[in-house]
Amino acid sequence: MKLVRAWITPLIALVIAFGIGAILMITQGSDPLRAYESLFTTAFSTQEGLAKTFGKATPLAISGLAVVIGLRAGLFNIGAQGQLISGALAAAWAGYAITGLPMIAHVPLCLIIGAIFGSLVGYIAGALKAYRGIHEVITTIMLNSIVLQFAEYLSNGPLKEEGSIIAKTPPIADSAKIGSIAGLPIGFLLSGLLAVGVWWIFKKTTTGFRFETVGKNKNAAWYAGIAVKRNTVFAMVACGALAGFGGAVETLGVVGKFEPAFNQGLGFDGITIALLARANPLAVIPGAILFGGMRGAGPTMQFTAGVSPEIIDLILAIVLFFVTAPIISRIFKLKSDSNAQVTSGWGSN
Amino acid sequence: MLRLQAVGEVIKMMTSALRSRKSLYFYVVVIAIAFAYSVNSVSTVAVAASSITFGLPLAMAAMVGIMCERTGVVNIGIEGTLLTSAFFGFFVAALSQNLIWGLLAAIASGAVTGLLLALLTVSWKMDQIIAGTIVNILATGLTSFFYKQGYSLPAIFPRWSIPGLSDIPFLGRVFFQSGPITYFGLILIFVLYVAMYHTAWGLRTRAIGEYPSSAETSGISVKKFKYINVVIAGAFGGLTGAYLALELVGSFDRGFSAGKGFTALAIMIFGRWNPIGALLAAIFFGFAQALANQLMIDGLVAIPGPFINMLPYVLTIVVLAFSAGKVRGPAAAGQPYEREQA
Amino acid sequence: MTTLLQVKNVTKSFGSVIANNDISFEVAAGEIVALLGENGAGKSTLVKSVFGLVRPDQGEIFIDGNQMAPGDTAAVIASGVGMVHQHFKLVPVMSVTENIILGDEPKNGLFVNIKKAEQKVRELSEKFGLEVDPTANIEDLPVGTQQRVEILKALSKDVRLLIFDEPTAVLTPQETDELILVIKNLARLGVGVIVITHKLREVMALADRVVVLRDGKVVGTTTPKETNEAGLAQLMVGRSVVLEVEKGVAKPGKPVLTVKGLEVFDDRNLLAVKGVNLEVRSGEIFGIAGVEGNGQRELVEAICGMRLRAKGEVLVSGAATKDMHPHAVHEAGVSHIPEDREKHGLVSSYSISDNLILNQFDQAPFARGWFRNMIEIRKNADLLVKKFDIRTTSPAALASSLSGGNKQKVVIARELSQDLQVLIAAQPTRGVDVGSIEFIHKQLIAARDNGAGVLLVSAELDEIISLSDRIAVMSAGKIVAIIDSKGADRDYIGRLMAGLDK
Repeated sequence: MKLVRAWITPLIALVIAFGIGAILMITQGSDPLRAYESLFTTAFSTQEGLAKTFGKATPLAISGLAVVIGLRAGLFNIGAQGQLISGALAAAWAGYAITGLPMIAHVPLCLIIGAIFGSLVGYIAGALKAYRGIHEVITTIMLNSIVLQFAEYLSNGPLKEEGSIIAKTPPIADSAKIGSIAGLPIGFLLSGLLAVGVWWIFKKTTTGFRFETVGKNKNAAWYAGIAVKRNTVFAMVACGALAGFGGAVETLGVVGKFEPAFNQGLGFDGITIALLARANPLAVIPGAILFGGMRGAGPTMQFTAGVSPEIIDLILAIVLFFVTAPIISRIFKLKSDSNAQVTSGWGSN
Repeated sequence: MLRLQAVGEVIKMMTSALRSRKSLYFYVVVIAIAFAYSVNSVSTVAVAASSITFGLPLAMAAMVGIMCERTGVVNIGIEGTLLTSAFFGFFVAALSQNLIWGLLAAIASGAVTGLLLALLTVSWKMDQIIAGTIVNILATGLTSFFYKQGYSLPAIFPRWSIPGLSDIPFLGRVFFQSGPITYFGLILIFVLYVAMYHTAWGLRTRAIGEYPSSAETSGISVKKFKYINVVIAGAFGGLTGAYLALELVGSFDRGFSAGKGFTALAIMIFGRWNPIGALLAAIFFGFAQALANQLMIDGLVAIPGPFINMLPYVLTIVVLAFSAGKVRGPAAAGQPYEREQA
Repeated sequence: MTTLLQVKNVTKSFGSVIANNDISFEVAAGEIVALLGENGAGKSTLVKSVFGLVRPDQGEIFIDGNQMAPGDTAAVIASGVGMVHQHFKLVPVMSVTENIILGDEPKNGLFVNIKKAEQKVRELSEKFGLEVDPTANIEDLPVGTQQRVEILKALSKDVRLLIFDEPTAVLTPQETDELILVIKNLARLGVGVIVITHKLREVMALADRVVVLRDGKVVGTTTPKETNEAGLAQLMVGRSVVLEVEKGVAKPGKPVLTVKGLEVFDDRNLLAVKGVNLEVRSGEIFGIAGVEGNGQRELVEAICGMRLRAKGEVLVSGAATKDMHPHAVHEAGVSHIPEDREKHGLVSSYSISDNLILNQFDQAPFARGWFRNMIEIRKNADLLVKKFDIRTTSPAALASSLSGGNKQKVVIARELSQDLQVLIAAQPTRGVDVGSIEFIHKQLIAARDNGAGVLLVSAELDEIISLSDRIAVMSAGKIVAIIDSKGADRDYIGRLMAGLDK
């Protein structure tokens, strides 16, 4: 019963969002059935489509997890985007600049470097929150823009591929690339492992308990001897490390270099996925597969049904709206399950 | 009679402000500008005028935050309000080929985003930060889905030179050769300041933001007040969006507001939730950007473009790092208000 | 006498809890009616219904014979009802005058006429003998003065019925006596007064009529002349209660908690604790009496390592403790029942079992290294729920599902079940029903008898006097006297609390 309740709101939200999406398509003179059919058959019925879906789902799942950790620790991490870009660029650099390593060493090295650079961005937001009392939402949004600009500068300047017209880094070495096992991208398998890992940390370890206590009641956490500030920083570092890792996986598994035009919006989908999953790490995976499928098949849908792929942004926005606003529980008379204050206010730290 | 008293009050307030210790900064700024003007009048005027141009939308957007937070609602959805209203302002003006319709549509759509935020936070008591994020994401989704290329405005709002005043050296070019929304916005900022500190509305608003049950037990409907203020603030945000789309830029693009709604929150905090403080803070932001641009144009420094683009965001973080924590915001901002039980 | 207020068959429930069950009573002009009942009897809900802050499910309320629309505070205020709230409804960052005029501002055109308002406040304050500075900011005023502002705010609106909700909770005995005079004076002027209280002494001194509530029902109406304190207590609780706490003679041993020259700042960066020295010995209860807001909270938090110690040190059994490190202080053997259990004591969205190990979650046996041991956590919960009589369906239930008394029992169970040398109990019985109060008092005495040094901080002077072995009086951030509790004189302590005697 509890399980049903956890799933029913997101499911109803999805149905409503697709319904509204259909109406909008009709108003634009397109056929929603054809569009959705194209969307889902492309994403989920062919070998090739599935590979693409899982590939797209990988960074979404990991950045979703990065947001989940934050939510559990009382932090609303809008900065997964910037952390991810930081990790993606750092991994690309490690991927092309370091050569002569065997794959078994090169890939983990790139992933770790990506995580470290992601966590640096997270650290800034965490430290500003803990020691200067600045709300993480503002700092992470600002950091998203700063990191993006900085990445543009680097990929168009010091790290630019020689002779390239557009801003991008050289391609990574073959020893840094990660592929697939039986059609499943290795990156996706990693994201599944990460989801289980995050779930397990919150379920079983004192670290998870610390994060969660700080998230639910900072004052009681301090009373109980938990170093609130240090854990706030630590949680943001963990968020950043995960998102940076996700960016690195994207670089090594999909893009093969860093190009500022890629990676856009991944961190924001991560927010929607995390809220759709109600901050449950395991539920992030199905959410990411769904979103990844839609993102991956969007261009095909535009081609076959003439619907602009921005409809997906809109559908996802509507999903988010119905998942977080207590509308569904009101209409369907469900026991109101989430009306909790996840985030903290401004000045009072 | 009534109006005379009002003017008298305002003059009294302004003279007392000029005599206060803070006015020292004012004189320092005046002297600095005078010095810069004597060295290079063209660049000085250009920088000062762009400080206002860059700063005004930030100041106006900060007013949205101030009005909401003073009545206890954290509004992180300003970005969405700006985006939505610029979108409607632009397309209504482009389709009707009439700027006034565009302006009205922008204000109305801004008010609707305010209404949505009020519904989510006041009636449904949602987490205010998440509610604001929803406003932003919905606005992004809607405006990018319905966005169509190939439309253009009949014109942008023209600059009005105020006879007499616009001929004053320096000040005339900086303040008195602007568009109608600039004048209107500046006036509204002062009106908001006076209203916030000298009217019953302001007293009640501040009381609600600090301690809502004090207002409730004084017979004031907290819910109604919050709704009204958040919707008015949304309309004000709509005016800001109209300024961006119809007076400053004259076009619309996906992601048009470019984070101004978030920078506005930093300006609100930097300006201590005070309309005049926020105006000054916004002009400071505008100045930093205008100065960087001018230095580039004059060829005095070579800063890569991304670093110029980064400036407002870096400035936001730096300013917050030094001002947040030292200033107290409205105590009840961010908390859902429940009429007390048992 | 004319009837001012008529409450007819008012019923109000919150979820499954019936706060008011078919309540009727009347108040006449010039009459002082005491609403007596223990915590949770429904007094506050009842007057909030009268004041329009709560919408009753059933029943009618008449003022001057006019029926009031439920939940319409503005209309109630307009018909001449004022209320002095237990938790003052004053905006801390605004001035006295701004607070008083809020909702009914004198205007000069569009603007608030603050000069005129200040003049009016001055006149009011003279008329009723309630001295305040109209331009002062609320947050700079002592609690007693803040209450005067609350009263003035109510009086500024031509009140004919004034409701006081637990008005003496924050006052010294002397201030209480003054307030009683003020209330009697108002009644003489024809104002009807409702006083909510659970303090029998005040009812006897004040009321013309007493309406006693229990479990949301009126269980009796009487007058002070017809009854005595014991009779009222029995009516209030439904059984005879022991008003005195039974305890044996203390056998104090070595000092376990020593505080030397402690100075602490409050949240507004003002010095709240100004050089406190004290020593609590094992096997004694050391009470700190004082009006709230005189530095007790900051003192306790600094001792527990939760608030920066600007100067001075805190020793537990002779060893200095680490500043700003609650974990280290706890490890040193200090258990702490915090004054605000919702804020500090509990995580209400955690289960009872997690709350019962909240500050030991990373210690054996509840954690082995990095891993939490769910079996031990559950075992501990089963044991403590039984031992401390925590009324719940299951230890897995959320703490938020518990009543106030049971929440407090969770905190007390957790703190007393640990190996402790020092127990710091801040307002341990606040917002707790009489049954739980007795239980908690017994537990504190048991902790003392087991050799702990108990530091008890309470705003209830009676609690301090009846439980403590030694009493320190705290006023304006200083310990002004330490006296033996045997034969302690309430009035003398009250004067010390007010900072009058040295």
